[in-house]
Amino acid sequence: MIDSRTAGHPRREAVERTMTLFFFLCGMAAIVFVLGISLYLIVSGLPAVREIGLWKFLTGAVWSPKQEQFGVLPFLLTSVAGTAGAVLIGVPVGLLAALFLAKAAPPCLATVIRTAVELLAGIPSIVYGLVGMIVLVPAIQRMFGLASGASLLAAIVVLSVMILPSVISVAETALAAVPREYEEASLALGATWMETVFHVTFPAARSGIAASAVLGAGRAIGEAMAVIMVSGNVPNLPGSLFQPVRFLTTAIASEMSYAAAGILHRMALYSIGLVLFLFVMCINVLLHIFIKKEGKHGRR
Amino acid sequence: MAEDKTLSPVRKRHDFLLQALLSASGALVCILLFFLTGYLLWRGLPYITWNLLTKEPSMLQGTAGLLPHIASTLYIVVTTLVLVLPLGVGAAVYLTEYAQGSRLAAWVEFAAEILAGVPSIIFGLVGMLFFVQIWGLGTGVLAGSLTLTIMILPTILRTTQESLKTVPNAYREGAMGLGAGKWRAIRTVVLPSAADGILTGCILAVGRMVGESAALLFTAGFGTILYGWWESLTSSSATLSVALYLYANERGDTDTAFAIAAILALLTLAVNLLAKLAGRKLKRSR
Repeated sequence: MIDSRTAGHPRREAVERTMTLFFFLCGMAAIVFVLGISLYLIVSGLPAVREIGLWKFLTGAVWSPKQEQFGVLPFLLTSVAGTAGAVLIGVPVGLLAALFLAKAAPPCLATVIRTAVELLAGIPSIVYGLVGMIVLVPAIQRMFGLASGASLLAAIVVLSVMILPSVISVAETALAAVPREYEEASLALGATWMETVFHVTFPAARSGIAASAVLGAGRAIGEAMAVIMVSGNVPNLPGSLFQPVRFLTTAIASEMSYAAAGILHRMALYSIGLVLFLFVMCINVLLHIFIKKEGKHGRR
Repeated sequence: MAEDKTLSPVRKRHDFLLQALLSASGALVCILLFFLTGYLLWRGLPYITWNLLTKEPSMLQGTAGLLPHIASTLYIVVTTLVLVLPLGVGAAVYLTEYAQGSRLAAWVEFAAEILAGVPSIIFGLVGMLFFVQIWGLGTGVLAGSLTLTIMILPTILRTTQESLKTVPNAYREGAMGLGAGKWRAIRTVVLPSAADGILTGCILAVGRMVGESAALLFTAGFGTILYGWWESLTSSSATLSVALYLYANERGDTDTAFAIAAILALLTLAVNLLAKLAGRKLKRSR
């Protein structure tokens, strides 16, 4: 870029050029990182899939590195079931809390709850895992008379608490952006405030609400350290809520340390990473679509 | 809302129920937080002792010590900030000052959005593959910090971008009208007026780094030995969060684990407070 102000000052011109280049490179970093991560996961994840066979890898029900059996179906189904469970519990509660915050709470109370949400979001996932392991797992064990409380249910409960903050903050923003006129029209027609909130405000914010649910799902499927401490970490097919299970994320985290480099076991773990990454990318694209939609609504 | 006499009893009950449901879910969030923090402090505070904080773990005496983990947490935070700050701020400057509204900028923003959604275990996996194995850095603070740099970039990028957007255009025009080049205007006028926002971003980023465990497990490692900063760069060093995992899951020492958890909870509190203060200052200065 040649600037008339710096023209004729070779040193200043050089500085401007260097800085322009520097900022450009910084800007490209995000793109490079995303491409790099995708590339590395594909390059390191594909060999094992090719060796095992895509169909056998995805639908094999047995994961037993000692017998060279690498089927990721148990992890896949567990991750899907765990995420679905967390979304089923966490999203409704989160949406109600967001509605309360945006439409029903007195301002001072709303500030308190908002701070609570922020703090919940800031608590490290490993701490959620610890509390789940020490409080929730024994509670489930006693309540249902199990041999061990480390189960899919424990993971679902921990995950639904963990996704609450993201669901609440995104949904609240969407609800607060609903035009005041919609609500006033409904009130003028004789609806009560609660009827208005549930029948007018809520549907009007649906794309933002969908975005909050998708974001929650993304958080839940990617969580590793909290889940590893409460789910029992046994590669079972998720037959019931009370079985110990292993998620895609925890399979990577728990086996990476003792799978030697270069052998099929470790390469299969990279393939699990690739599967997880593909899941997350789908969720991301979905999220992007919903947020774009929300933006268009807002501009209208 | 005002009581309406003409409302049918069914609708009134319905209304009351909905109102109760909303309040209950609001209350649930607060209860969750109070239970969590209360429980952590109750279980953890009694075990936070001077000895725990200032000693290395001793196999001979069988005592735990968090000093190496506190040190490596500090090393990781500082090293990552040094790496990510120029990168993130630079990217934000590029987006708002050089490429605003361009197609490329939209792509960069999309990429940052994707990065923000990638699970930390994936960062850990790729970081291990790339920095530890291919670059041959070995597990240590440097590999961990490089991994975290990629992970934190969207946070810094977004907060800086938001605060750059609030810098009035008149400032830029004023600087350029006085004959400053673009870089000079950015350095002397635009960045200083956005400093508070950048600071908020840093504080949030520190919060995430301190709490991160999955991405550091295989990049920064499990080491429990105290190193100087230089040696730690290529020596396995567990941060506080990773140490929590070690104590809770591998050694079954829940007392120490809760002590670390209480420290982390207090740090979270401090980070949020600081970010709030910085944010408020930002608002006042506008």
